[in-house]
Amino acid sequence: MDLSFSPEEEAFRQEVRAWIAQNMPPHLKAKAEQAAHFEMPEVMEWHKLLYAKGWVAPHWPKEFGGPGFSATQRFILGEEMELAGTPPLSPFGLVMVAPLIMRFGSDAQRQRFLPKILSGEEVWCQGYSEPNAGSDLASLRTMAVDAGDHFVVTGQKTWTTYAQYADWIFCLVRTSTEGKKQQGISFLLIDMKTPGVEVKPMQTLGDTPAFCDTFFDNAKVPKENLLGPLNGGWNLAKALLGHERTLVAAVGQTRRNLRLAKRLAAHHLGANGKPLLEDPHFRSKLARLEMRLRAHQMTNYRALAEQQKGHHPGPESSILKLVGSMLVQEADELCMELMGQSSLAWHDDEAVEPFERWVPPTFCYDRATTIYAGSNEIQKNIIAKLILGMPGA
Amino acid sequence: MNFDLTDDQKMLAKTVADFGKKESTVERFRKLRDADGLGFEKATWKKMGELGWLAIPFPEEVGGLGGSFVDAGIVLEQLGKTLVPEPYLSSVVLGGHALWLGGSSTQHEKFLAPMMEGDTILALAFAERNVRFDPRCCATTARREGDAWVISGEKAFVLDGHAADHLVVAAMSDQGMQLFVVDAAACERKTVRLMDGHRAAHVKLVDVKVGEDRRLAARPAVEVLERVLDYGAAGTVAEGLGVAFAMLWTTVEYLKTRVQFDVKIGTFQALQHRTVDMFVEVELLKSIHTESVVRASEEGTERTRAVSAAKLQLAQGGQLVSRQAIQLHGGVGVTDEHDIGLWFKRMHTLVTICGDESAHVARYAATMDAS
Repeated sequence: MDLSFSPEEEAFRQEVRAWIAQNMPPHLKAKAEQAAHFEMPEVMEWHKLLYAKGWVAPHWPKEFGGPGFSATQRFILGEEMELAGTPPLSPFGLVMVAPLIMRFGSDAQRQRFLPKILSGEEVWCQGYSEPNAGSDLASLRTMAVDAGDHFVVTGQKTWTTYAQYADWIFCLVRTSTEGKKQQGISFLLIDMKTPGVEVKPMQTLGDTPAFCDTFFDNAKVPKENLLGPLNGGWNLAKALLGHERTLVAAVGQTRRNLRLAKRLAAHHLGANGKPLLEDPHFRSKLARLEMRLRAHQMTNYRALAEQQKGHHPGPESSILKLVGSMLVQEADELCMELMGQSSLAWHDDEAVEPFERWVPPTFCYDRATTIYAGSNEIQKNIIAKLILGMPGA
Repeated sequence: MNFDLTDDQKMLAKTVADFGKKESTVERFRKLRDADGLGFEKATWKKMGELGWLAIPFPEEVGGLGGSFVDAGIVLEQLGKTLVPEPYLSSVVLGGHALWLGGSSTQHEKFLAPMMEGDTILALAFAERNVRFDPRCCATTARREGDAWVISGEKAFVLDGHAADHLVVAAMSDQGMQLFVVDAAACERKTVRLMDGHRAAHVKLVDVKVGEDRRLAARPAVEVLERVLDYGAAGTVAEGLGVAFAMLWTTVEYLKTRVQFDVKIGTFQALQHRTVDMFVEVELLKSIHTESVVRASEEGTERTRAVSAAKLQLAQGGQLVSRQAIQLHGGVGVTDEHDIGLWFKRMHTLVTICGDESAHVARYAATMDAS
């Protein structure tokens, strides 16, 4: 039993911290200081800096251009970036589709797509959900009709986050209506410039243009863009789910939120003009959150120790998603409460300090954390079935 | 970073778990609880001594097996699963650690060694009536009289004090807090049954005279008490993890067999999700328990923070488990015949011993960093 990082790992942490301090551009640092929302061009600017350093894809195998990091190094790199508030990299290419291309793709597909995902030359988005296929993803209806050397794709994908910036979209499409609905699904890689593909952004509750609808109207997609076997897309989707869940433990994000909460508590005054940080009621609220975060962090370390031994994240990673997303929201809620009536400000630079300005929009947008990457109710279904062995209906 | 138990530790966990399953089921606890007597068996205590369980966390130079508090946590976790009633928490963790940390080698030999053998029982007498969890609030006094000390006062809820041979008593002298090893026979003791069926003693000390050789003087008494109560708090979390684990899986099994509306009630999503909530809390408890048993032996705020965070998780997560377990069992969960209610009561007791939720949140908040 050893809960500490090794001296080599601590040295790596210092190296990462120093590199971020020296290489994060001042305008990004300024936004990080304000806990502001990063727009996609800023995200890609940071992506390219990390690419030049060789750190953009810490989980990729060396043969595809990864740095060959251990599970712990990957964890430390991620944690330090979250703590520094660097722009969160777009996961759609690096974390989601790339591992599937490595595992299920042909050599030609690997060579065509992976280098440009790594360099950031091509940006990806995800085409999974549809207006009538959310948690019940397998009921998706976007059709890909076989037309000889290509498919003709027609339908609508939604929540295609940042599709307006994307060069490519990976999609689950229906290629058969026979048998079980999971069996007629294929995994297609589609060029966003294909005629018939149209993107409509929509505002989120946080006033950011993150969400989009993406429409396909008889879009021609070459057959070489089919990833994995025809009608075998559901297995790829399931393989991806595991990657996605481990993304969202969000320990660093919550620690940053907590730091912000303490800063707010020092800034706002309570009874008798004393800072809320000295108010026993608010102090104990902050303490409770920090104490619970500690238990979550240890759970994350346990998962990390398993990964170090070469075990892939199993259904247990659903716990990290469940708890991490709830703690993110609780930290947001506490920040709003600490701000009192200042929490009513909406991009109002006169009424609030710059570091407070993004608290209300973030509070609103983060309602998505318990929904995306498999809603928390779906995570609970997974745990009930796969870990607790609960009977089916 | 490594969370694996060593092979020896895995063996220890299995041995204690097997003992619970075969020799000390919840049914044994219930029988001993309801019978006249100590509420546990001295022969079993002796056996635990022979197996080395009572000596395992103490260093070899005091006659221990040279393990760590992680090992004590392993024993407690397994004992919690079947509510083994022998006084491990009170005698090994509280009394034993007070003697170890506060005592001289002579005192170790005289009082700690026989306890580690299973020949005697130690208890820690620090709590007083109507005082919550601050050990420094101590109305019991100790005054010098020549070479001796005279102790007067009343101690409440001395866990397993009814069966103890020696009590480690906290008393206030004109030089501050002191700890003394007092023969239980020299005190007036009233045995009381606690809400969970365990027993304790209310202890009255009327001018009890002890020699200087009974004072634990290796470290300042307040420091010893603070450290021992953190060991105790970590110990309650370890035992509580075992209790929560047992309640979770008993409940899951119940939902897989209980039929209503012509189906197993485990098919209902509303109930499935509650068991998942319980499962998540048990996992969080396991995580922070691990940190607290490791850091219980450290000094400074990392220890107190880890231990207090673990206590909060026991209070919140552990009790979510114990309350939902009753709810999901329905009426049978509120009967004394079913094990669930017995675990429920033990959970409350463990949450309360060595500082409850409010006490630990307040302590954590007091030393919380400002950024």
